[in-house]
Amino acid sequence: MGLWQSYRMRLRRQRLLIRAFRKRRELRPVHLRLGKIGSDDILLFSTLRNEMDRLPHFLRHYRKQGVGHFLIVDNCSGDGSGEYLRAQPDVSLWRAEASYRRARYGMDWLNRLLMVHGHGHWCVTVDPDELLVFPFCDTRPLRALTDWLDSSGLRSFSAMLLDLYPRGDLTAEPESDMTDPLAAACWFDPGNYRMQRNPVYHNLWIQGGPRERAFFAEQPQRAPALNKIPLVRWNRRYAYVSSTHMLLPRGLNQVYDTSGGEKASGILLHTKFLPVFAEKTREEIDRGEHYSNSGEYRAYARALERGPALWSEFSQRYVNWRQLEGLGLMSKGSWA
Amino acid sequence: MSGTLGIVILAHTALDRVAQVARFWARAGCPVVIHLDKAVDRAACRALSTSLADSPDVGFSPRHRCEWGTWGLVAATQDAATQILARHPAVRHVYLTSGACLPLRPARDLIRYLDARPHTDFIESAATSDVPWTVGGLEMERFTLHFPFPWRRRRGLFDRYVALQRALGVTRAIPPGIAPHMGSQWWCLTRRTLSAILEDPRRAELDRYFRKVWIPDESYFQSLARLWSEKIESRSLTLSKFDLQGKPHVFYDDHLHLLRRSDCFVARKVWPHATRLYDEFLSDNGHRAEQSDPNPAKIDRVFARALERGRRGRPGKVSQGRYPRAGREAGPTAARYAVFHGFSEVFADFGPWLARSAGATVHGHLFAADRVQFAGGATMAPGAICDLAGIRDANPTAFLQNLVWNARGTRQCFLFGPRDRQAIAPVLARDPNCELHVVTGAWAITLFRTNDNFGVLRAEAGRLQKIEETTLRAWQAPDAAARVRVWTLAEFLQAPMETMLPILDHLGPREARHLTEAPRLHPLDGFPQFLQNLRNMGMQLHLTGDFALPDVAQPQDRPTQKPVLVNK
Repeated sequence: MGLWQSYRMRLRRQRLLIRAFRKRRELRPVHLRLGKIGSDDILLFSTLRNEMDRLPHFLRHYRKQGVGHFLIVDNCSGDGSGEYLRAQPDVSLWRAEASYRRARYGMDWLNRLLMVHGHGHWCVTVDPDELLVFPFCDTRPLRALTDWLDSSGLRSFSAMLLDLYPRGDLTAEPESDMTDPLAAACWFDPGNYRMQRNPVYHNLWIQGGPRERAFFAEQPQRAPALNKIPLVRWNRRYAYVSSTHMLLPRGLNQVYDTSGGEKASGILLHTKFLPVFAEKTREEIDRGEHYSNSGEYRAYARALERGPALWSEFSQRYVNWRQLEGLGLMSKGSWA
Repeated sequence: MSGTLGIVILAHTALDRVAQVARFWARAGCPVVIHLDKAVDRAACRALSTSLADSPDVGFSPRHRCEWGTWGLVAATQDAATQILARHPAVRHVYLTSGACLPLRPARDLIRYLDARPHTDFIESAATSDVPWTVGGLEMERFTLHFPFPWRRRRGLFDRYVALQRALGVTRAIPPGIAPHMGSQWWCLTRRTLSAILEDPRRAELDRYFRKVWIPDESYFQSLARLWSEKIESRSLTLSKFDLQGKPHVFYDDHLHLLRRSDCFVARKVWPHATRLYDEFLSDNGHRAEQSDPNPAKIDRVFARALERGRRGRPGKVSQGRYPRAGREAGPTAARYAVFHGFSEVFADFGPWLARSAGATVHGHLFAADRVQFAGGATMAPGAICDLAGIRDANPTAFLQNLVWNARGTRQCFLFGPRDRQAIAPVLARDPNCELHVVTGAWAITLFRTNDNFGVLRAEAGRLQKIEETTLRAWQAPDAAARVRVWTLAEFLQAPMETMLPILDHLGPREARHLTEAPRLHPLDGFPQFLQNLRNMGMQLHLTGDFALPDVAQPQDRPTQKPVLVNK
């Protein structure tokens, strides 16, 4: 049984890699600066569309943490994101005009780029609305973490998605400009997450948070997964299976301790619910390029018609990683 | 000038930092010998020696391949020590450091410290039987088996060869006169002891023996110093902490203040990119020249806490990094809480009364089928847990864990009964934090007070009794960890308040409790007859206890009946 399972996982992984290989022609280089990548640089991979609002802050956040090079797939942005990225000295940019959905929500493209350019590097794979927070990130660069992971024999690092939202109505007009999304939306749910182990891929499946209680109250099983493994010391034989929720081979998903201890983990601050969210939701439903027929966005739209605020009296305002660590949302593990 | 303190540095990476540290020692007049691992490429070696060409007191010793746990480290140390003793006759103490060691105090502090103790050898050296930190569980066997294979690279071969030797009963003879000792490999020995070890006429024989010992760098000098030293201080002057995997903790820029206050002479291991540490500690403005002794206790605490977090986590908190498998969870919840089963059926206003009397957060039926009944009718609880039954039922254990975790610091109580969702019952049973107070058969009072057809009541009574029975079985199982106290309804009604008082006392400190009121019992005239009618309909009522037929309970007059103590 165990052997059969392992064999099936192997086949599945190979299929993902072949798929990624076949999608390589959909990626058209716009401006590549791959020669600038140093042999031990930390790389960041992302797919995006119309994210001009977030990009400057996004790049600033990860540059400050010490990401050496950004490898980005632009899925037909029309808001100047492409032009902006093209001008950045540490970005290599591809353009993909094919279907986002048929590229498994961009993962085929990223698996392809990871395979070719990520091999041997520590790679961060995130969306433009995901900002990584890790233990000691205010005093130590990302390299301190990856060096420690290396010396501990760990190849992957988990960072749960933490939805941030504004205090007011989601449909309200933005008050401030968007230079810092963390200023526009800085509240989160501190302790309503549940998790169970996925018997097939051995990752933890985490659900809960504001999206579940506001948009999926009737069908909590369909609430979005919050578990993510965005930081991996990549090997060309690895593949992301579904978004960055899990990988193959399965050993990479073993980012949690099962004997009672705590493994180090981080948080992806999810700045999805900026005040422009309502507008984006309408656009994404029209495009229909999202998971399960954009069902998630339909749920948002239904709820938005009622004009909900995600904020509650038990919401907490984001301060820093120590706060999240104290709440038990992330952990230092045995790193000191 | 030629100093009395010689430094040996065993380096293999971050050579720019090695150069920086070597220069620091050389500036203070300490001769330095650097050993570079054979794996370091030629260009890097040349760059290092060129950059140190202006420091005549820095030399390089013959290179060996230094793999963790192998003889190479000892051979490298022997050669480097021989070289430093031969070329610098003034040297009295030799300090062995690694390339990731950083001096924390001005060199003259250390020199002065050693000048005051000219015959003392600082080497951690403990008898093998007393050492708890061994990796891999080989304690005495590391001296009595052969270890030709590197543990890091050839783990399989290593393990199989150990197993084979055990099976064959191989035992190496320890050379006569040697008592195996172990300890940190970062020592500071006097010329007298070190040269005695290096010039020992038996050295060839001893080297041959230690070559096949496992991790000889932790035992070679540690054992041999015992033969020659006049005065051993069994501790390392190097601050070095180890984690669960036996690898040294790493110091970063944000440890600056901790390291400063430790007053240790040298720290290991420092992250090569910790620029601020290197800049601070290697600068020459030695403004801290007080003569304090090393005091690593503060830094110990930080790392001990980290170890504890890694090993035991936070009991009761399941998170992305902690998902204990069954049996390893040390209790599913984070704090003590109490569950009252059946009480709200007996008393008219039990919840609010308990909240007033016990000074705890008293929820209603958290596991009610339709909605979560949070205390005070709230729609949300701390942590932003919402009152939707669907979300709760998606994972009742997580719901309970979150509730208790988020309310750390306030005692949680909630009501329970056979009408609630029962999926949580087995979890309560195995939770040592859970106090279960159970009145069995109390559901009959609610039935008694409703105005339904008797046939309906009869069916409902059968259903509830069955559910309660199943749940009770889980709670009273021999392996249940919760504290469970069970009364039948009849027992409880004999003396309700006498039963309640100890429970209240147990719940919290009795802060001059204003127990001015008692909870109101539901009027029970005709209740025994109601039960008898159920029996007459063919129902076997065994959870309510026995009620005397004509007599309705008059609780306060009866003698107290002891509750059944099922489980501690």
